[in-house]
Amino acid sequence: MKQQIIISGVGGQGVLFVTRLLAEAAILRGLPVFTSETHGMAQRGGTVVSHLKVGEFSSPLIRPSCADGLLALKAENVSLHGAYLNTGAWAVVNSSEPVSGLSDCSGVFTADADTYAQEIGTPKSVNLVLLGFALARIPKENLFCTTDDVRSVMKNRLANRKDMLDASVKALETGHNK
Amino acid sequence: MNKRQLLLGNEAIALGLIENGCAVATSYPGTPASEILASVASFQEKNAISMHTQWAVNEKVAFEIAYAGCMTGLRAAVSMKQVGLNVASDPLMSAAYMGTKGGFLVISADDPGPHSSQTEQDSRLMAMMAKIPVLDPDSPGQAKEMITLAYNLSEKFKIPVMIRPTTRVCHARQDIQPGEIVSHETQAEFEKNPARWAATPKFRYQLHNELEKKLAEISAHKETAPSQLSVVSGQLQPGQTTKAIVVSGVAAAHTKDIMKDLDLWDAVSLYQVLQPYPLHTEFISHLINTYDEILIIEETVGVIEMQIADRHRVRGKLDGSVPKTGELLPENIQEIIAEFAGVQSETASLPSVPGRRPTLCAGCPHRASFFAIKKAAKKGIYTSDIGCYTLGLNLGAVDTVLCMGAAISQAAGFYHAYKHQEKRPDIVATIGDSTFFHAGVPALIDAVVQDVRFVLVILDNRTTAMTGSQPTPATGAGACGEPLVSVDIAPLVQGCGVKFCRECDPYKTDELISLLKEAVAYSREHGPAVVIAKHPCLLDRTLRGEQHQPVKIEVTDTCDGCGYCVKHFECPALVPDEAEERVNIDAILCSGCGVCVQVCPKESLSIVSGQ
Ligand code: SF4
Ligand code: SF4
Repeated sequence: MKQQIIISGVGGQGVLFVTRLLAEAAILRGLPVFTSETHGMAQRGGTVVSHLKVGEFSSPLIRPSCADGLLALKAENVSLHGAYLNTGAWAVVNSSEPVSGLSDCSGVFTADADTYAQEIGTPKSVNLVLLGFALARIPKENLFCTTDDVRSVMKNRLANRKDMLDASVKALETGHNK
Repeated sequence: MNKRQLLLGNEAIALGLIENGCAVATSYPGTPASEILASVASFQEKNAISMHTQWAVNEKVAFEIAYAGCMTGLRAAVSMKQVGLNVASDPLMSAAYMGTKGGFLVISADDPGPHSSQTEQDSRLMAMMAKIPVLDPDSPGQAKEMITLAYNLSEKFKIPVMIRPTTRVCHARQDIQPGEIVSHETQAEFEKNPARWAATPKFRYQLHNELEKKLAEISAHKETAPSQLSVVSGQLQPGQTTKAIVVSGVAAAHTKDIMKDLDLWDAVSLYQVLQPYPLHTEFISHLINTYDEILIIEETVGVIEMQIADRHRVRGKLDGSVPKTGELLPENIQEIIAEFAGVQSETASLPSVPGRRPTLCAGCPHRASFFAIKKAAKKGIYTSDIGCYTLGLNLGAVDTVLCMGAAISQAAGFYHAYKHQEKRPDIVATIGDSTFFHAGVPALIDAVVQDVRFVLVILDNRTTAMTGSQPTPATGAGACGEPLVSVDIAPLVQGCGVKFCRECDPYKTDELISLLKEAVAYSREHGPAVVIAKHPCLLDRTLRGEQHQPVKIEVTDTCDGCGYCVKHFECPALVPDEAEERVNIDAILCSGCGVCVQVCPKESLSIVSGQ
């Protein structure tokens, strides 16, 4: 099994956290995993992108036209990072409107994660809402992990911080049930 | 039993240090190296290891502390980003001559791209200049293994060893199997030997000869020799040339995947160099004796390439086969390899649209300071420095950024250049607290002595913000959070001989503007004036208690969407609504600092009362 996923957004949205949850879900499944992340200046509100590679790889980076999926926390990033996708890939975009420029995809799913996150009173949990939505929509054979895997990872990571764990699980489930 | 763990490259390096019994670890933060020391500190705490871990005031000091540690027989390591190595280059050159007793590693992280640096310099060239061996990891996992290799190498030859990870190693994560923590010498024992540790020039010559001998032996050291990854099978066709690809660092990781994808694994020989300098002598002969054409892929300079003398067989940076600047992305490498091997390959590339530019956080105290500076010294020259506040660029309040500490010396330079002219511009320098400690103090002393007429604004947000909130000498806490002595900025400034030194909270922006006007007037007549703009960074969790109480802002009907606040203040929470001809506040982003109220010339922003 080999899967390559791009996670894209702007600094402060929690792209790194989503990347980490997915990478740890891969370990939970006994799969080898690589990520490559944006740190430094760009984290101050600039464009950030993570590469996630599950399966046997040597390189931490995804080549253009090679990614199997795109999780875009900002709709404007589709024009920047859409070119990473191969034909037949999936894309999950945080947007209140349909997005264009992804005509080669097998499935494009949009959710207004900003609004959903605000509705549950945790406006900064956009990342987890969109992740939950993605886990529910992407066909099983196209994603190496499930919502349950991610929930277990959260439980491990936030074991000592009950309030954060509850809020995170709630955000994930809110996205999942949309 | 330990399970596989997801580790960031820098965490893997830190774990390598801990498992190998490193007893002294020092650093100054800088992207992409910052997480190394922070992770050492957290592994140290978790495993209750007695060792010395510290953030030093700058890389030179960090280097010298760790180096002295190794002189007592302990294992030591200093980590930094590549431009930090420039600061530490003085002790580096000498330490190479004098050698080591306990193992000593210099970890210098490069940033091809550059993603978050002033230069794309190649630390391996610094190793070459210092004449010390350097190892070049391709992944977090290999970086961790190389710590063991490097300590053994260092102790066998009594020489400092450099490890040069790049951004794609430091900031990659990988599943890694933690190992055992092996205990090493923990008893410091310094044997006096002034002929070596305080050698005079005559003996330095001898030490230099010894160093050359060590290097000759290191270029035959088996454990760090290049490995052959793929061997060509089958017979050559008549007229066909023999080809090899030589890779190191993260370019090796990309190449391994690409060779498989292009079906070249059995068609072209592939070698990975672990120790780019000194390149193994036998390997050089083997390449020259075996292959007609050799392609070398490495970042950023052709360090391996320049050690292979037979130029007409080598393809690389020097003949233009591999670009000399920028990061070597896998899509570029794929094209280079396909061309070299004479095969077809379709490579796509990303559109070259610029992404979103970074900006200071909503509510960042620096934004208020820059706004005030522009009000107080309208047509001034604004020198600045390295940190989050470099983003004052967006506000037109930063004209120069050279390197750590240069804000002050460049201000002095501008003053001297203009001083005989009738009309002199006002000069306002900005520098962060951590950067001031790092390299600002000597420059300020110099400015006092030379009577430089300028205003220095020390943007004191009580932390090293850009790199992830490491403590400064003023924090009073160490790498593990342990209490330490703190050094205050104001007395330090006064001790440098500055007569005008005042403090202000930039959130009280109107007050800061008046104070700055006073400082500018003072500086025109009397020499340096220093204003300390003090307010904690919003992202430093340890400073939460010092934060001001958030306020709620409302946009009143008098707002006509003139865009003044957006253009001159650029808070990301102020969102223009062109259709409605007004601005809105983005409630998710707004931190409630209340500064925009002081910015709007029409008083259309106000604090909701009852808050
Ligand atoms: S991290 Fe701190 S210093 Fe940097 S932009 Fe944000 S508030 Fe300002
Ligand atoms: S109060 Fe005003 S300046 Fe401060 S973060 Fe909110 S919008 Fe920006």
